[in-house]
Amino acid sequence: MNPFKKQDKQLSIFITAGYPELNSLPEQLNLLQRNGVDFIEIGIPFSDPLADGPVIQQSSQQAIRNGMNLEVLFEQLKETKSNIHVPLVLMGYFNPILQFGIQRFLKEASVCGIKGVIIPDLPFEIYMRSYQEEFQKYDVTFIPLITPKSEDSFIKMVSENSRNGFVYLVSQHATTGSDIQFISNQSRYADIRVLCGETPLFLGFGIRNNRDLASAYLECDGGIVGTAFLQAITEGTENEFLKTLREVTLQEG
Amino acid sequence: MKTSYKPDKLGFYGEYGGAFIPELLKIPVQELSAAFSYFKEDPSFILEFEQLLKDYVGRPSPLYKSTHLSNRFQANIYLKREDLNHTGSHKINNTIGQILLAKRMGKTTILAETGAGQHGVATATVCALTGLKCVVFMGEKDIERQYPNVQRMRMLGATVIPATSGSKTLKDATNEAIRHWINHPDSYYLIGSVVGPHPYPEMVAHFQSVISKEIKVQLTHATGKELPHRVIACVGGGSNAAGAFYEFYEDEEVELIAVEAAGEGVYSGLSAATSILGSDGVIHGSLTLLMQDRDGQIIEPHSISAGLDYPGIGPLHAHTIRSGRTKACPITDDEALRAAFELSRNEGVIPALESAHALAVLEKLTIQPNEVIVINLSGRGDKDMQTYLEYFTKNHESI
Ligand SMILES: Cc1ncc(COP(=O)(O)O)c(C=O)c1O
Repeated sequence: MNPFKKQDKQLSIFITAGYPELNSLPEQLNLLQRNGVDFIEIGIPFSDPLADGPVIQQSSQQAIRNGMNLEVLFEQLKETKSNIHVPLVLMGYFNPILQFGIQRFLKEASVCGIKGVIIPDLPFEIYMRSYQEEFQKYDVTFIPLITPKSEDSFIKMVSENSRNGFVYLVSQHATTGSDIQFISNQSRYADIRVLCGETPLFLGFGIRNNRDLASAYLECDGGIVGTAFLQAITEGTENEFLKTLREVTLQEG
Repeated sequence: MKTSYKPDKLGFYGEYGGAFIPELLKIPVQELSAAFSYFKEDPSFILEFEQLLKDYVGRPSPLYKSTHLSNRFQANIYLKREDLNHTGSHKINNTIGQILLAKRMGKTTILAETGAGQHGVATATVCALTGLKCVVFMGEKDIERQYPNVQRMRMLGATVIPATSGSKTLKDATNEAIRHWINHPDSYYLIGSVVGPHPYPEMVAHFQSVISKEIKVQLTHATGKELPHRVIACVGGGSNAAGAFYEFYEDEEVELIAVEAAGEGVYSGLSAATSILGSDGVIHGSLTLLMQDRDGQIIEPHSISAGLDYPGIGPLHAHTIRSGRTKACPITDDEALRAAFELSRNEGVIPALESAHALAVLEKLTIQPNEVIVINLSGRGDKDMQTYLEYFTKNHESI
């Protein structure tokens, strides 16, 4: 059973672990679950996040200063495990995972019930060559990133490989938090939806409000909100923000 | 067994290198790879490259036997005078090659990162030459300590964007340049050292290899033999070292010495001695040796020299240092400053702070009489006058 497969359109939220406080994560997970978020992406902070805009960069810096690392993160996840039932995905750059040890990382991830791992700077080709076997051994799904410009054959290959997970469609060539022209990309999103076959397809990068989310729901199976939610956390408006996002879900569902 | 100094198909030198990039950069990097593979063999490309190196850069750069150093160390010490190139350093060799490639790829905007500002100036220069738009990212701290180069870039028509994240030095300027590239995939990212995802390390080493090609010819004229006993070069990312070592990798009797910046001392906590303090990790798209904490967060390095203030080294150097082909040697801020003053006073050559690190190694070696040593003098010191003068004022009596 693929935990990311549903009839309705889905909303996913990205949060940086350890932001704004070292111990913010458990409460944030509960809040997101209470508000009906379909799955949650937990960002592992890294000092040099190449694909991220200023908001995620700053939340990562703050989280590192707070003392967040993979050991602390897995401990927090073990403690919340019994309360949290929505699927959890880890998202992090390769270097911290490499230092922690791939085996150890996968083992801990599988103990914590993690349903997928996104590593933006580990290309699929290198994953296949060097790490696929270990991911399979620990039954952790590697979630591939694609862009509107990815080749059709590549999209087909990665969605085949991610049948227990999903495909993460980066909305446009841009770092996180950028201004995105969703409309001009819709027909390509539609093609990609077909190429992905049975594998769910979620759109992320640049979804800031309910209008953007509605654009994600047009062709994809759901949308992932990161930067805008971190900003809501900083401003203390996460409840209101989630409510406006949920309205879109209900309308479309 | 010989250490291979050419990467495999995926860009790995042994276990180091590769292209650890987000899917967002895959297509721009693939296009670059294809263009480089094609044009590096293209006769008209090669001709134009060589012509510009000769007429515009002023190559070949002299191989000058230093009277003072040769006397002092009782050996034959040659300086490869990359400081005499147009714009004042080796960086221009690479920017000429890459700008010709960018032109042929139909690019109109060039992005670059810079530390000491030498690569930024060299990029702004070739952009002015070819009529392409130039955007240079430079750490805020480096803008301060290398201000003359900021003014030069602006005069050449480039836009200089301060990198304000992290340590505000070369690492952060590189992050910002890569992020900008992700957001503007049609622009050309002109990297300044043998770092970054494949094919950059191979490409930059290729364009810089002119340095060691010339050394072989010039040494044959001067000494009757093409091989020296030792070649010495400083390493930030490692492009001048890659260029100076390139043609000697297979001549195993030649000792290759890569000089790293030890800042205030290798273990002082303020250092950039990557090969000693570093471990395997991924930085700027490449698996290499890098300075990091136990959580895999990249450590902010320190060196008085902006061009060496980088927490990684190119994968070619990681590979050749680990395999033993290249020897790494750390030099502190003070040792480099002393060497810079010595060469200035006794030879009439003011070296760049980066190159001064390479000079300072001589004191640490056991040198046989009549040994032939080549030091790559990667750049001139004009950009460092402020730092030199501060040191001069502070140590007036002892100089
Ligand atoms: C004169 C000079 N030498 C050396 C370097 C270090 O770069 P690399 O290690 O790539 O040669 C720089 C970089 O700015 C430089 O300006």
